[in-house]
Amino acid sequence: MNTESKTQTRRLRFPNLDLTLVVGISLLLTVLLFGLIGPSFFDPKTTNVGAFPPRLPPSNDHWLGTDSQGRDVMAALTYATPQTLKIGVLAGIIGLGIGVILGLVSGYFSGIVDTVIRTTTDVLNTIPGIALLVVIATMMRMMSVELMAMIIAALAWRYPARAVRAQTLTLRERAYVQVARLNGMGGLEIIVKEVLPNLLPYIAGSFVATVSQATLSSIGLEALGLGPQNTLTLGMMIYWAQYYSAILRNMWWWWAPPIVVIVLIFVGLFFVSSGLDQMVNTRLRRTE
Amino acid sequence: MSDAILQVKDLRVYYHTGSGCVRAVEGVSFNLTKGKRLGLVGESGSGKSTTALALMRLLNPPGRIEGGQILLGAVDLTKLSDEEMRQVRFSQVSMIPQGAMNSLNPVMRIREQFVDTMEAHDQRLAKKEADAKVHDLLGQVGLRREVARMYPHELSGGMKQRVCVALSITLRPKLIIADEPTSALDVVVQRQVMETLGQVQAVLGAAVILVGHDMGLMAQFVDRLGVMYAGRMVEVGPVEDIFREPLHPYSQMLIESLPSLEGKHQFKGIPGVSPSLLNPPPGCAFHPRCRMAVARCSSEMPPLQEIQPGHWTSCHLVEVRT
Amino acid sequence: MTSLLEAHGLTKEFTTGSFFLRKKTVALENFGMAILAEKPTIIAVAGESGSGKTTLARLLLGMIRPTEGEILYQGKSLTQMSGSEWRIFRREVQAIFQDPFEVYNPFYKVDHVLTTPVAKFHLADSKTATRELIESAVRAVGLRPEETLGRYPHQLSGGQRQRVMIARALVLKPRIILADEPVSMVDASLRATILESLLKLKRERGISILYITHDLTTAYQLSDKITVLYQGRVVEVGDVDLVIKQPKHPYTQLLVNSIPLPNPKSRWGGGAITQTTEEQVSRPNQGCRFANRCPSRMPKCLESSPPLFRIDPNRGAACWLYSQLPATEPDKMLESTPVSGSTN
Repeated sequence: MNTESKTQTRRLRFPNLDLTLVVGISLLLTVLLFGLIGPSFFDPKTTNVGAFPPRLPPSNDHWLGTDSQGRDVMAALTYATPQTLKIGVLAGIIGLGIGVILGLVSGYFSGIVDTVIRTTTDVLNTIPGIALLVVIATMMRMMSVELMAMIIAALAWRYPARAVRAQTLTLRERAYVQVARLNGMGGLEIIVKEVLPNLLPYIAGSFVATVSQATLSSIGLEALGLGPQNTLTLGMMIYWAQYYSAILRNMWWWWAPPIVVIVLIFVGLFFVSSGLDQMVNTRLRRTE
Repeated sequence: MSDAILQVKDLRVYYHTGSGCVRAVEGVSFNLTKGKRLGLVGESGSGKSTTALALMRLLNPPGRIEGGQILLGAVDLTKLSDEEMRQVRFSQVSMIPQGAMNSLNPVMRIREQFVDTMEAHDQRLAKKEADAKVHDLLGQVGLRREVARMYPHELSGGMKQRVCVALSITLRPKLIIADEPTSALDVVVQRQVMETLGQVQAVLGAAVILVGHDMGLMAQFVDRLGVMYAGRMVEVGPVEDIFREPLHPYSQMLIESLPSLEGKHQFKGIPGVSPSLLNPPPGCAFHPRCRMAVARCSSEMPPLQEIQPGHWTSCHLVEVRT
Repeated sequence: MTSLLEAHGLTKEFTTGSFFLRKKTVALENFGMAILAEKPTIIAVAGESGSGKTTLARLLLGMIRPTEGEILYQGKSLTQMSGSEWRIFRREVQAIFQDPFEVYNPFYKVDHVLTTPVAKFHLADSKTATRELIESAVRAVGLRPEETLGRYPHQLSGGQRQRVMIARALVLKPRIILADEPVSMVDASLRATILESLLKLKRERGISILYITHDLTTAYQLSDKITVLYQGRVVEVGDVDLVIKQPKHPYTQLLVNSIPLPNPKSRWGGGAITQTTEEQVSRPNQGCRFANRCPSRMPKCLESSPPLFRIDPNRGAACWLYSQLPATEPDKMLESTPVSGSTN
């Protein structure tokens, strides 16, 4: 296979680690550090409305200036980033968790259980996520970060459930599952002890995809104005920026920085997913 | 040796992997006369399939021909360029690879597969001539003309394999290499396919190398047999001689371990495990499992010697007979 | 004579396709067999691919349910067993499969496959007792625990992995082992060793073995009785010496003649077998399944399917050539009645 030589050149000293993965992780770590440690450099009050004179361009006092509501943009950025990450990760974990459980159960036990779960999943899968999210979000009187995560999770499980079901169907036919039955193991035990461990590579990659999707959905909802009005997230910053016509007013220091951070997050997630894919595949190739 | 169509001299094929150098073929030599059948028999890891691939220069990196010569007539195949080798493939040396029936293009009708092969070697025939040729080839392997219009999935395993046999003789090669051509087939179909191959080969006057692990199949089909172990040729000679009086301890134990219909409950396996090709044992690769090993066997690699005319083996304990 | 495992009129049909285009395949039809408790036997089930032998294995292990017919363990039908009876069945009827790699979960060391049954069936009450139990099972198959346990499947050879699977079956102290092509994916030099250990299981531990294979030579070497399947039906059954050395059914004759004997002096003759009629890809027949390939075909063969005729006291064949003989059932042919010459 000609791809062998390509992967050779991308390997570093550790035979398993792929360069893309390393770059991806570095990007994500940078954003994470920014979001976790950054806020300690800034007084939270500086992110309040009216803290400073509005629409100030970047200066030594305000590295990224202030926005139309008087917030210090740099400070706001450091406080908004962890919130966005929180929504994405929370929604990703919950959504994936539900999806994996449903997929395993419906894939292993066929029959009624499978039919019910599968039909529900399929029906929900056909409805565009954003449409559902918009409908649900508009029904909410109050929106918070946690609530957003819940709503997004409520839809994030759809794709993993289907994908995990497909994987479970194949894994179920593996000879070692037959041996497990002969060894006296019961259905649920087999799912957890025999099938699930072999799904871990898939779940790891899927986690990244689910978190990406969740983050994207949250930013989308927020940009539409359906986000938590009282908390700053990256998406909310974009919303406010657009609400106050920051682009027309040429306030690049307001609308550009959140976009940069978002791009860093997504590029990082993409590289991690691509790198993981390379790692899992090269390992599979070597065992052939 | 003017009618030796193939002479392999000291062929070495190594795989340079991340964990080290795997010596898949370590100094294999044999000759093949025109129109004759040679069997390369060995278990997994013996290097027989690698040898077959090397003869066709179909090795994938990190595998490489490290040394030795492959003389087809007067031409050394190891020295040809990729383009020259491509010309040789299928027109002079063709192959029926392992799992060949799964290598038929599923979206092409059988007829197209033949035309494809011919066109790849610059043989463009008019439709009528091409049809005639395809029908003739199919007839040679005992398939009806209607098969030409079918798709691979409409054929049974045996039929697909016979198509592969027909494909391999399309350009009238001098040598056909069959790598485990019947491994997935039933015993009855296996016999049909092998007999078909034999007939086809006789008509064409081509030589055949049969690579496999089934000693019974070898006994039924080949004229000369080469026994391989751990990448080395441990015995090569006329097939009757080898079965009647195997010279190498491995051949002896292998033949003894074969189940037969002569008596029940006779089980004689070969103890031990096959050697690692990454770290082969020093000296003779078989010595850890050999019941007759002496001190010399673990330090010195035995050379391939002609014990009787045409019958070679590499064992310190076998003396050349005059 | 108490019966251990019996099958009567066992039939399995699979339906594929959607609502409107359903296709029915009969994988196994009217299979019968009887293994008695007092006399450990090795019964070979021989057939090519498509003969139904895999389906048979899954049915006998209770993994799928028959469409018709029944399977009895110790006199109780599998479908009517209580929970505890099922546990006993599950423990006493074990299996070894064909692929020595696929049977291991790559996530775990090979010990997992040995410790699980000990735990699930409460065969030992402490960690040390478990350890002793699995070590002695591993030794019983000719392996050394220190070289085998604690390793991952890919670190062992195919022969070692297969033997660990036999050790797994032994740990449970079964009474019957179903061996589904146990050596076809193992190197030739190791086959004899593994088959010999199966023979020892019968001789030393009184375990009956159902040896499912396509290789008639090893079937002859190992077994006492044999059933030959063709496209789901029993075509010949009985004493292995009679069936293999003097086959009466045309299909069995064809099979035996096609065996590549490792003897260059007796090559395949130019028999009538090399008809170039291709194997039909499942053409449903009212009559005998083998009729369209059979050199002795008669008009009757295309009309109805022959029952099993008793040709010898210990052998039957399902062929209209023997219609003058009394009809019988496959399980009767496999009852382990002693016959001179084939003891133990």
